[in-house]
Amino acid sequence: MIRVQNLTKYYGERLAVDNISFEVSKGQIVGLLGPNAAGKTTTMRILTGYLMPTRGDAYIADCNMTTDSLEGRRHIGYMPESIPLYTDMKVRDYLTFFARLRGLDAERTRKRIDDVVEICHLEEYIDVIVGKLSKGFRQRVGIAQSIIHDPEVLILDEPTVGIDPIQVAQTRNLIKELGKEHTVLVSTHILPEVSIICERVIIIHRGKIVAEDNIENLSAILRGSRRIKVEVRGPADKIADALRRVPGVKRVAREGNYYIVESPAEVDPRSKITETVVKNGWNLLSAETIEMSLEEIFLQLTTNHEETEE
Amino acid sequence: MRNVWLIAGKEFRSYLTSPMAYIVTFIFLVLSGVFFVLYLTLGNYNDTSIRGFVDPLAVFGVPAPGNVLLLVFGIVLTMRTMAEEKKLGTWELLLTSPVRDVEIVTGKYLGSMGIMLGMLVLTLYYPLLIIGYGDPDIGPIWTSYLGLLLLGSTVVSVGIFGSSLTSNQIIAAVVSGAILFGLWLFGWIAGNAPSAIQKVLSYLSISSHFAGFEIGVIDTRDIIYFLSMTVLFLYLSVRSIESSRWS
Repeated sequence: MIRVQNLTKYYGERLAVDNISFEVSKGQIVGLLGPNAAGKTTTMRILTGYLMPTRGDAYIADCNMTTDSLEGRRHIGYMPESIPLYTDMKVRDYLTFFARLRGLDAERTRKRIDDVVEICHLEEYIDVIVGKLSKGFRQRVGIAQSIIHDPEVLILDEPTVGIDPIQVAQTRNLIKELGKEHTVLVSTHILPEVSIICERVIIIHRGKIVAEDNIENLSAILRGSRRIKVEVRGPADKIADALRRVPGVKRVAREGNYYIVESPAEVDPRSKITETVVKNGWNLLSAETIEMSLEEIFLQLTTNHEETEE
Repeated sequence: MRNVWLIAGKEFRSYLTSPMAYIVTFIFLVLSGVFFVLYLTLGNYNDTSIRGFVDPLAVFGVPAPGNVLLLVFGIVLTMRTMAEEKKLGTWELLLTSPVRDVEIVTGKYLGSMGIMLGMLVLTLYYPLLIIGYGDPDIGPIWTSYLGLLLLGSTVVSVGIFGSSLTSNQIIAAVVSGAILFGLWLFGWIAGNAPSAIQKVLSYLSISSHFAGFEIGVIDTRDIIYFLSMTVLFLYLSVRSIESSRWS
């Protein structure tokens, strides 16, 4: 449904997207994960026909977005990161305008507005001026706009940025729900979000794809080692020694009452650690796995990437 | 054509919901009225015509036929057409909808022309006053309005072109203003230029093509001039959008 081949985009001298290729087949929800300025938005803008690539091709439903952009655009719904809205229009007028612009007739527009208002929970706000809505509702209107014409492909650029946690959860559920009937490409820089929403993830960094896989495989690759943060009260040296002797543990580092215990990804030494601590009569206050932060993942991926290149 | 009317309608309505169009129309009417009256009173009512409104600078004896008010307020009116959408980001939605660039530009042009037409209709009480209280020559009134409409069309087109270049409305206005005043003043410069250049300058100038309409002469060449200027700048706007996709 979405196909990108050797896509390169320069803004003047600056390279934004560097020879990337990927595919999203029908009905998949795929996450485009990367830090700011990684090239996510540029890739999406090329896919939606807003920008033309410097080299390479982007296809939506087999339409080349350089040569057959108009036809390709009929198949997409798009929500840019900034959630653009005509702030002086009512929600209903705003949705009507874009529905009509995407080829729906008056009757179908009315019907679709009823549908999307229900899907996005906008019933009470349909006759409110867009400019008076809070950020969370604006974002719902943005999503409503993107699905108003029931497109086959949905492209959502950072759909959960800047809204409160409850709305973030609602939005994620909504996207998952939409993914049942649409092909969805969603960009984000929040790692847990990808694992919640997507079936597959493409990690992009400095315009290049550094990893692409389904969520489970990727987690395993990323988690070359597991780290557990243990809080124990007692004689520090003895504790560190004892922890080091726990089977599977590779390294132990101490930070006050906290001990960072590192082990291979496939081993979970938490129960053994608890046993050891309790057997020695020390106080175990907490033990938790430390999730790798996005920064660390990128660090790891990009350094690996550069090594393989050389 | 369906998309053109959709965009034109949306554009026209958005003018009506923002205060800008009302403010612009209000000031335009007030100033037009002032010049209309000034021309009549300064000339001791010898020439009972709407000349003061049609060509405000004629009141001061400036030999550059045209309507400076229409120029200025036309630019202020149209500077937002695309620049504002770029600022709001809705431009991105418009350009990723299945709509041709030329349909966007034409829609914006027609929507803006709707307001321009409205502004001109509201000035009809000047000729009505003159007809009611004096004995004017009707011919030049008709041709003056035709001239104003054609000039308005060129102004809107150039205004849209300026707006297509940037997301900053002030810059858009400055660019359109420079183009329009340049075209307008060519006629003025032409008077003092060597004869070879004179022809070219006066052919390009707004004022030399507007002069006829003021005195009741309809020349097809003048009509063609304003229409082709309109088309030229609409075409340049389309190209400007196109090239923005490649930037």
